Amino acid sequence: MTILFDGLAAGMLLFLISVGLSVTLGLMNFVNLAHGAFAMLGGYVCAVLLARGDVPFLLALPAAAAVCGLAGLVLERTLYRRLYAASHLDQVLFSIGLTFMAMSAAYYIFGAQQQPFVLPSFLRGQIRLPGVDIGLYRLFLIGIGLALAGALQLLVSRTRFGARLRAAVDNPRVARGLGIDVDRVFTLTFVLGSALAGLGGALGVDMLGLDPSFPLKYIVYFLIVVAVGGTGSITGSLLAALLLGVVDVAGKYYLPQIGAFAIYALMLATLLVRPQGLFGRAAAK
Amino acid sequence: MNNPALPELSALRQAARWRRAEVIFWLLPLAAYFAFPSKLVLLSQMAITALFALSLDLILGYAGIISLGHVAFFGVGAYAAGLLARHGYADPLLGLAVAGALAAIVGYLSSFLVLRGGDLTRLMATLGVAMMLFEAANQLGAYTGGVDGLQGVVMRPLLGQFAFDLYGRTAYGYSLTVLFALFWLARRLVHSPFGLSLRGIRQNARRMPALGVPVRARLVAVYSLAAAYAGVAGALLTQTTQFVSLDVLAFPRSAELLLIVVLGGAGCLYGALIGTIVFMSAHHFLAGINPQFWPFWLGAVLVLVVLFARDGLIGLGRRWAAPATEKR
Repeated sequence: MTILFDGLAAGMLLFLISVGLSVTLGLMNFVNLAHGAFAMLGGYVCAVLLARGDVPFLLALPAAAAVCGLAGLVLERTLYRRLYAASHLDQVLFSIGLTFMAMSAAYYIFGAQQQPFVLPSFLRGQIRLPGVDIGLYRLFLIGIGLALAGALQLLVSRTRFGARLRAAVDNPRVARGLGIDVDRVFTLTFVLGSALAGLGGALGVDMLGLDPSFPLKYIVYFLIVVAVGGTGSITGSLLAALLLGVVDVAGKYYLPQIGAFAIYALMLATLLVRPQGLFGRAAAK
Repeated sequence: MNNPALPELSALRQAARWRRAEVIFWLLPLAAYFAFPSKLVLLSQMAITALFALSLDLILGYAGIISLGHVAFFGVGAYAAGLLARHGYADPLLGLAVAGALAAIVGYLSSFLVLRGGDLTRLMATLGVAMMLFEAANQLGAYTGGVDGLQGVVMRPLLGQFAFDLYGRTAYGYSLTVLFALFWLARRLVHSPFGLSLRGIRQNARRMPALGVPVRARLVAVYSLAAAYAGVAGALLTQTTQFVSLDVLAFPRSAELLLIVVLGGAGCLYGALIGTIVFMSAHHFLAGINPQFWPFWLGAVLVLVVLFARDGLIGLGRRWAAPATEKR
């Protein structure tokens, strides 16, 4: 039971970080491998605010998201937008380039060591129930994850902005013809994706650690979530992340000798059966 | 020309002919042997990386398959050669052949996984295959040495004559010869009808079946062939350094390789070679100044290439020389 719970929490964390990617990659169809770099930025902002600024944790989280959103805004306006129409290969190379630069910059500013990080006291500790130990922070993660998933799903499927976004992605030309400011919609969406990355990164510091190699170490996991969940589906990402979290934790617990093998095998099996992901739309380019 | 039933092919034939610049290009590595006798180890690394880049160029530049996991085959070749040598079959050429064949088999098997779906699926599938092999090599420490790497690889002299020496003379000659032989083969291949059909597939995959080209079979074939090339490159690295580290399967190597090919100019065999030379030289000097900030420059170059020089150095050179000579 505890393993199942830990797996769910790990999966929820995975979801929190990758949901931003599922917005940029899934909805906007931009292969943004620099997503991990945004998450790292969020992590550093949060860690620095906590350690040096004495800012409460619950305030540092939105701050991290805001800083990343701002960084996303600047980068989108200057660089990313030139590449929306480019091939996937160009997008991959460009965002790998950004990632390398971000990693070097992080090393320059913060050094190679892990950042110290202490959770506030009200999120430490455990609740003991018969048969299952519940870490408070994990419970907190699951709560935030569910809330975010619900909010995003509503945003995309129910609001005017969501409708515009879907229109802009499906057919930018017609969307423009209908008077939708496609550039603005894309900018806002990208900012949203970056802010979510920052939030996820800040939440993940406690469980994943934080050092300059973070973007490359975990980007594969984020990509797997989106690939398995199917592009353009928030619920798909959520379910995929939970599934991967449980499989990963259970795999490491029961069969430690195979390590991370389980999660890659799961992804390949998924791609073999459904190349467009579990919940993907077949129409995605 | 004499037979009116045959379409005009002289342009294609002419493109396949060796030009003077190419001959000069291939004399450069020979000159380098005498010019930089103290850098032979670096030079043979260059030759090996060039071969590896060549193999990625075959699938990326010609067939248009994006791969983030080409290291998988490099690693298979490297470990195959290393394990073979450790178990007593230390003949270098035998090692190359076995490594190439094994990598081709892995490539053939994984091609069915990779060639489904669109770009993103391919990215993830290639990445997944590479990561699985990485984990496998990491976990099977009893055979592969795990994170410590595979040590104690001792090769027999090449052809029974040339022992691998400390200065890397044999290693350089050996790598260069293999590179040239395989380059020659690849050059023949891309100018053959097979190579032309690959370019056709990259440009318009829907139209090629109408011309009677079995698209899938062609892609599977070139993917397996590129895997074999990468396997040979991996085996060369093992044999010349007498060591296999887990790093041969790691993700950054795939990313670097993509950069090399794109920097040089994808879709042109010399692009892969020139990209390698520029990249490795830059690495050598910049990393010599400050190894920690090397990735920063690497990233900056990637971003600039994507934004401003999409066809790589070869493309830049062509545009520069375009008014003078109309080629291709």
